[in-house]
Amino acid sequence: MSKIRLQDHILVPKHEVMSEEEVEKVLNILKINKEQLPKIKAEDPIAKEIGAKVGDIIRIERESPTSGKSTAYRLVV
Amino acid sequence: MIPKRISSIRFEVLSPQEIRRMSVSKIITPETYDDDGFPIEAGLMDPKLGVIDPGLRCKTCGGKAGECPGHFGHIELAAPVIHVGYAKLISKLLSSTCRECGRVLLRESRKEEFISEIERRKSLGQEYEGVVKEVFRITKGIKKCPHCGADQFDIKFEKPTFIYEGEHRLTPKDVRERLERIPTDDLLVFGLDPKAVRPEWMVLTVLPVPPVTVRPSIILETGQRSEDDLTHKLVDIIRINQRFIENKEAGAPQLILEDLWELLQYHVTTYLDNEVSGIPPARHRSGRPLKTIAQRLKGKEGRFRGSLSGKRVNFSARTVISPDPNLSIMEVGVPITIAQELTVPIYVTPSNIEEAREYILRREHPKANYVIRNDGRRIRVLDLNAEEIAERLEPGWIVERQLKDGDIVLFNRQPSLHRMSIMAHYVKVLPYKTFRLNPAVCPPYNADFDGDEMNLHVPQSLEAQAEAKILMAIQEHILSPRFGGPIIGGIHDHISGLYLLTRGERKFNREEVIYLTRRLDIREIPEPKYKDDDLWTGKQIFSTILPEISLEYKAEICQGCEECKGENCEYDAYVIIKKGELLKGTIDEKSVGAFKGIIIDEIMRKYGPEETRKFIDNMTQLSIRAIMNTGFSFGISDEEIPEEAIQQIKEVLDGAEKKVDELIQQYREGNLEPMPGRSIEETLEMKIMQELGRARDKAGKIASKYLGMENSAVIMAVSGARGSMLNLTQMAACIGQQSVRGERIKRGYTYTNRTLSHFKPGELGSRARGFVRSSYKEGLKPIEFFFHSIGGREGLVDTAVRTSQSGYLQRRLINALQDLKVDYDGTVKEQTSNLIVQFKYGEDGVDPMKSFRGKAVDVRRIMREVLGEEFEEIEAKEK
Repeated sequence: MSKIRLQDHILVPKHEVMSEEEVEKVLNILKINKEQLPKIKAEDPIAKEIGAKVGDIIRIERESPTSGKSTAYRLVV
Repeated sequence: MIPKRISSIRFEVLSPQEIRRMSVSKIITPETYDDDGFPIEAGLMDPKLGVIDPGLRCKTCGGKAGECPGHFGHIELAAPVIHVGYAKLISKLLSSTCRECGRVLLRESRKEEFISEIERRKSLGQEYEGVVKEVFRITKGIKKCPHCGADQFDIKFEKPTFIYEGEHRLTPKDVRERLERIPTDDLLVFGLDPKAVRPEWMVLTVLPVPPVTVRPSIILETGQRSEDDLTHKLVDIIRINQRFIENKEAGAPQLILEDLWELLQYHVTTYLDNEVSGIPPARHRSGRPLKTIAQRLKGKEGRFRGSLSGKRVNFSARTVISPDPNLSIMEVGVPITIAQELTVPIYVTPSNIEEAREYILRREHPKANYVIRNDGRRIRVLDLNAEEIAERLEPGWIVERQLKDGDIVLFNRQPSLHRMSIMAHYVKVLPYKTFRLNPAVCPPYNADFDGDEMNLHVPQSLEAQAEAKILMAIQEHILSPRFGGPIIGGIHDHISGLYLLTRGERKFNREEVIYLTRRLDIREIPEPKYKDDDLWTGKQIFSTILPEISLEYKAEICQGCEECKGENCEYDAYVIIKKGELLKGTIDEKSVGAFKGIIIDEIMRKYGPEETRKFIDNMTQLSIRAIMNTGFSFGISDEEIPEEAIQQIKEVLDGAEKKVDELIQQYREGNLEPMPGRSIEETLEMKIMQELGRARDKAGKIASKYLGMENSAVIMAVSGARGSMLNLTQMAACIGQQSVRGERIKRGYTYTNRTLSHFKPGELGSRARGFVRSSYKEGLKPIEFFFHSIGGREGLVDTAVRTSQSGYLQRRLINALQDLKVDYDGTVKEQTSNLIVQFKYGEDGVDPMKSFRGKAVDVRRIMREVLGEEFEEIEAKEK
């Protein structure tokens, strides 16, 4: 059975782990602390698939009915 | 006085030492008042507990009835009693700790694990309830203490306050002893803060007695004093306590003592919560259950929801509302009696002291009602002392002046379902007794004038007035955040009026034009279109209130003919407005109505809220005058249709009935073809409903053909003012099929399978299942009437159910969403924790109130504004 990647499914938006500099940039622009971000569990299937560790920040890009594309961020707990 | 800020609140359990320390008196006697009536003796009511009688003074705080907040007392209980609220926790603690040594039934290492997990969660601000639950779950099953080796028995808990170990009943005293053994270090693993609780405090030895102010007595009309429910309960507790002590000292047998103990437990339990399941609620002599402490706090009318989150307020008013088309939409008509009672404070300063003096010296509205001096004393301003007060006026005083024209007030109608249910209006003081508002502003309040009442609040401080004026102004709320379209606009007669004014080429002479336009806020009236005869057209008159806009669209009256003739529509249904001139078409709901209102929308977008408000004010005035000039009425003869029409309708309905009988025949013979995916019965029902529906519609069309465009009901339906063609059909031609839950009337005599005994068993014909042939004008036959009432009742019931369901949903949504706020960077954050909920409001950052019908950008409009004429050509080509 070939491996099915979650990210391939239409309904799953693109999830990526962000690098240190990217994280700093985003936190700076939003002027917030890491803890204020919405969370995602490290045991979450998509988090496991992209290899995210506790403390990482994931960038999620998804299509929005109101605004075309929208980006969201989540802190891995 | 420097206002202080609360930094934190922590909830703890009251210890017996604390209770004794804060008490001002030890309560012994169950007596309340003495023979003389009001002297209250040392006992339950004021030995220093507080005052309620005006005139008496409290012990040392020396306060009078309004000042003294009351002081706690205490009762020494003869025997410990379990506190109902903690009963469950107590039993859990007992089952989790050793019965000999009192330590928690876990190994040191595991205990440490749990404690560190709880600490970790606390530091992250997360909940640690799950961990505690786990602890209790694990320790419950352990049979042997890991520390001292003693065996454990099962602890069974029986509501409300009885705890059994194995078969043996534990007395509160035993429970207390066991709880005392639990070491402080172990408390953390149960999620208890050792600084706040010691488990044995959960079994009461001393009972705090609430001050007299918490349980005041009332004086009935008969002159007698009636005690508060809590006082009654406390009296019971003290009595039992006394008896217990007496019996114990007199050396009574165990059984009696145990019984009394149980009774004491019952009374204390009931005193704290009278709705505990498993025990009979304590009742008044009248039979009504007492309202004790828990009941005072709970649910809708309790302390939290009924006295804290929502309160009754001062400076408010409420009456019946009535319409006044001569008011602007931003005004509200206030009855003079109300305006004389409600006041606005003027804080006197050197710059307004003269003005304040004037108010005091006036003898009639708007004058001053009260004056508040520097020392806080309130003085009523009367004819006698007016001059004296005016003389002594100095800065720092407050003058309360009556409400006058131009003041800002908040106007509201309940249920307040959206932000537009409370809006700021300017006061206009008028005679008579009702609040008046312009009918165009009814939709946001969802108000009609069949007896509705509305509320008025007067903002007191200058900041409040400014906030109301700017944030809650009507102009800002013309567009609804729900769908981006206007919610304030013409309704009913506004629309009929404008329809009658602007259809075809109606001509008006000079006198009529002056009458129609006299109250409008316009600059000038154009030259008459028919110069020679000095006649203006209705369209011209309407154009006087239009600002410079250009629009083209199909009106509401458009019949939807296959080939739209556009400009040359014979029904005058294609509206063309160029540069503020109505060139072609009729104005109706689509143009100025409350929910569609294309013109209102356009003016809002192009010129902003103030212009729109002016337009709506003008439109209201003009339309009412127009309809008054033309005259408009409705009577029973408006539903009369000629003999031939009645004949035709009869034929149509007869034909339908026959077809239904044929279908039933087919069904009975088994010849009916079931539709894909449905049973034969379903298919039959569907076909019958279809057939009858078609018949009713056909009948309706016949009737409307004969009624014509001059018929009042038709005018209202077609222009969108009120009602629809269905209403007309039902009044003139045929009411149609009644239904319950989407199906024809089925229920009746179950065993004989018929709806009424007038029919044979198994009858499925149109008459037998709720098809009403008659029209409202003809009148319904008795059987038809019965079926109609069945269908009508369903309607009423589901409206009632719907309102309560949607009400609860709204409450839950509000409670979940109320702490969210859109920050200055467009982010949606929760106010206290600053957690981000959305990175951009609605993901696009657009305020739906200012959006174009919900979309973020109105592309067409931008293109039109930029490209101008070119774009119109492109648009035309598109079609």
